[in-house]
Amino acid sequence: MEAATRGCQCHALRAQDERYKRLGEIIAQYAGQPGALIPVLHHAQEVFGYLPHDVQVLVAEGLDVPLSEVDGVITFYSLFTSEPRGKYKIGICLGTACYVKGAAAVLEELKKQVGVDIGKTSADGLFTLEVTRCVGACGLAPVMTIGDDVYGRLTPEDVAGILDKYIQAEKNGKA
Amino acid sequence: MVLVKKNAHLMPLVGTRTNEQKGAKEMVTLTIDGQKVTVPANSTVLEAAEAAGIHIPTLCYLKDVSQTGSCRVCVVEIGGRLQASCVFPVSEGMEVKTNTPLVRESRRTTVELMLSNHPQDCLTCLRNQNCELQKLSHELNIREVRFEGARSSFPLDTSSPAIARDPNKCILCRRCISVCSEIQGVNILAARERGFETVVSPAWQEQLANTACTNCGQCVLVCPVGALVEKDDTEKVWKALADPDTHVVVQTAPAVRVTLGEEFGLEPGTIVTGKMVTALRRLGFDAVFDTDFTADLTIIEEANELLQRLENGGKLPMITSCSPGWIKFIEHQFPAYLDHLSTCKSPQQMFGALAKTYYPEKAGLDPGKIVTVSIMPCTAKKFEAERPEMQSSGYQDVDIVLTVREFARMIKEAGIDFINLADGEYDAPMGISTGAGVIFGATGGVMEAALRTAYEVVTEESLDKLDFTEVRGLEGIKEASVNLNGTVLKVAVAHGLGNARKLMELIQQGKAEYHFIEIMACPGGCIGGGGQPIPTNTDIRRQRMAGIYAADKDMPLRKSHENPAIKVLYDEFLREPLGEKSHELLHTHYVPRLKYSEVEHPEAKEETKRGTAS
Ligand code: SF4
Ligand code: SF4
Ligand code: SF4
Ligand code: FES
Repeated sequence: MEAATRGCQCHALRAQDERYKRLGEIIAQYAGQPGALIPVLHHAQEVFGYLPHDVQVLVAEGLDVPLSEVDGVITFYSLFTSEPRGKYKIGICLGTACYVKGAAAVLEELKKQVGVDIGKTSADGLFTLEVTRCVGACGLAPVMTIGDDVYGRLTPEDVAGILDKYIQAEKNGKA
Repeated sequence: MVLVKKNAHLMPLVGTRTNEQKGAKEMVTLTIDGQKVTVPANSTVLEAAEAAGIHIPTLCYLKDVSQTGSCRVCVVEIGGRLQASCVFPVSEGMEVKTNTPLVRESRRTTVELMLSNHPQDCLTCLRNQNCELQKLSHELNIREVRFEGARSSFPLDTSSPAIARDPNKCILCRRCISVCSEIQGVNILAARERGFETVVSPAWQEQLANTACTNCGQCVLVCPVGALVEKDDTEKVWKALADPDTHVVVQTAPAVRVTLGEEFGLEPGTIVTGKMVTALRRLGFDAVFDTDFTADLTIIEEANELLQRLENGGKLPMITSCSPGWIKFIEHQFPAYLDHLSTCKSPQQMFGALAKTYYPEKAGLDPGKIVTVSIMPCTAKKFEAERPEMQSSGYQDVDIVLTVREFARMIKEAGIDFINLADGEYDAPMGISTGAGVIFGATGGVMEAALRTAYEVVTEESLDKLDFTEVRGLEGIKEASVNLNGTVLKVAVAHGLGNARKLMELIQQGKAEYHFIEIMACPGGCIGGGGQPIPTNTDIRRQRMAGIYAADKDMPLRKSHENPAIKVLYDEFLREPLGEKSHELLHTHYVPRLKYSEVEHPEAKEETKRGTAS
């Protein structure tokens, strides 16, 4: 068929990729079972780290579920993501306490420094920027988390310095 | 007798929610607003109220289509609690109150919340005066919106030549999702994200034009508001009509004559052919022709193609190709089966090709100055006209396609008093047609028209009974067999893409022992097309079908091969069916398409299999 001869290489690449083999096994294990979609997506995300479009299509085809439904489920549950994740997740709290104490300005600065919008990952793959629910540290508002670290009483001016720690650590780690 | 086998009932048209289908005989008695009512035990409270003549407002609920219980406009009080009557089952002795302060306040709040996140664009909205949200807010006597909320601002999707989406007007009733997945089985639309971010859209927020959307427009027919509408092309037509250098030719599809009247308050199924012709002349069209003419022509070409396939061992079953929604469906979903399709263009496209070759030759016109407009029951026809294959005259064969709704808007804009128009007559030669052309407008009609001709051509006997009732009606899949000089021709008819998929799966499994299949994308055929007046529902479809068969009965000629203008067309121009000219102008080819955008699916399938096998 026309499309098959269009010169797409992903087919060949995928064949060598263990992750796709694993996905095939997961789908085979669940195919035909009612309510299979969510567990399969779960496992798929464990395997790939996120749910890229081609994985979504494989799941849709493999479970015989419409792609629109797969996409609907992925976007409905916040635990699923179709974006690749950075090494560090930055979570800025926009709960009431943080908001009142100026979290919005901190978020703006984060967007500027990391260079991406909410939900996106920086070009170097280091940071993924996310808005989180209250982390229970309202006394420290406004609060953000980077990986397992928590930062409080933030001002926009703090942002660059904090991020730099991770950038430097990454550089040194690599060197 | 011609027909030797009764039609089989394989799948109902829509849903499974009618009482007969639930197979219930048990009855229960309940009280609604102090009134006793006895209904089948499997009824909903809403159905019981209807039976008692009590009106409950609804919004997301749509009979035969959608019953998601999501909007909560239909709440009633049962045992002191608010329940959504459209999904709440009745029970013996139940007490229901439909008009209490609690009920009224709840309904009002629900609708006010909707309005607080709704663009108040009524004055310029395509659905102005035919909008269920507008009607509801009037009905509930809402005079102010007490809430001020954030407004969604989703981008408009105008990528498709047929359908425009404005998610900001969407009230998340999910009717379009039901129709697209459950009835059409195309599964383009779904709800994505959650809460305030929720939007009904194709997967990945893809633009409609980049998906496997068939342009059938069934979602437009069920949308209660202006969130899904036809692409409006009326301005293009006004422009062509105002240009003194152009010769503007119009064709009217078979199904339009029994539905256009609804836009002017007439009963569904009222035949308004004559008024429609007069309206077109008043609007300034230079020639008023009929798609029925090329429907007759389609029958000649298609019947010959079928006989040729039968004789030469060609690909069978042969499947009709008149319905552009169906064509796009098979191209995306069953690309390996395109050689089953008849190569005949649809009547609209045959017309377009002839209107820029045969017609100007005969009338002494410059084909480059001809603009062809079609009035169609269909949104997918807009896409069809723009297909690159459809330029065999050397120009785009059909320039502009209007749905019935757009056409009605032009008539109103021009101030034409449609109801009181005198009957007009189509122009010759491309306005001359038979009853066989008319019945193209209803499911089973192409089959019936083809059988009328095939039978007489093969047996050289004249048919005593023209009505092939086995292929008529709203059953999802219909079957019949016809004895053609000892050869039993097995045929099937499907309408609605969900039913089409069933038939295709039979073909895939090698279980479809048919020679000839008619498929129409829309439930009921073109009388239920995505470009028809809103509302379009099962009852209205039935009325329109009755109109189609009445129009057929009225015609002096009812067999395509008896159309004198078609005979002249072959004598003067085409020479013979399936001849060189026919192939050039009247036949086409199809293109395999992807099931999803971006990712090629057969390959994905292979991958999965490989993973599975190891
Ligand atoms: S969809 Fe209805 S309520 Fe909304 S702007 Fe259009 S006419 Fe008005
Ligand atoms: S036009 Fe038809 S196929 Fe496309 S989204 Fe609407 S219902 Fe689905
Ligand atoms: S687009 Fe129309 S039919 Fe679909 S969910 Fe929105 S309002 Fe309902
Ligand atoms: S009409 Fe019943 S919940 Fe919407």
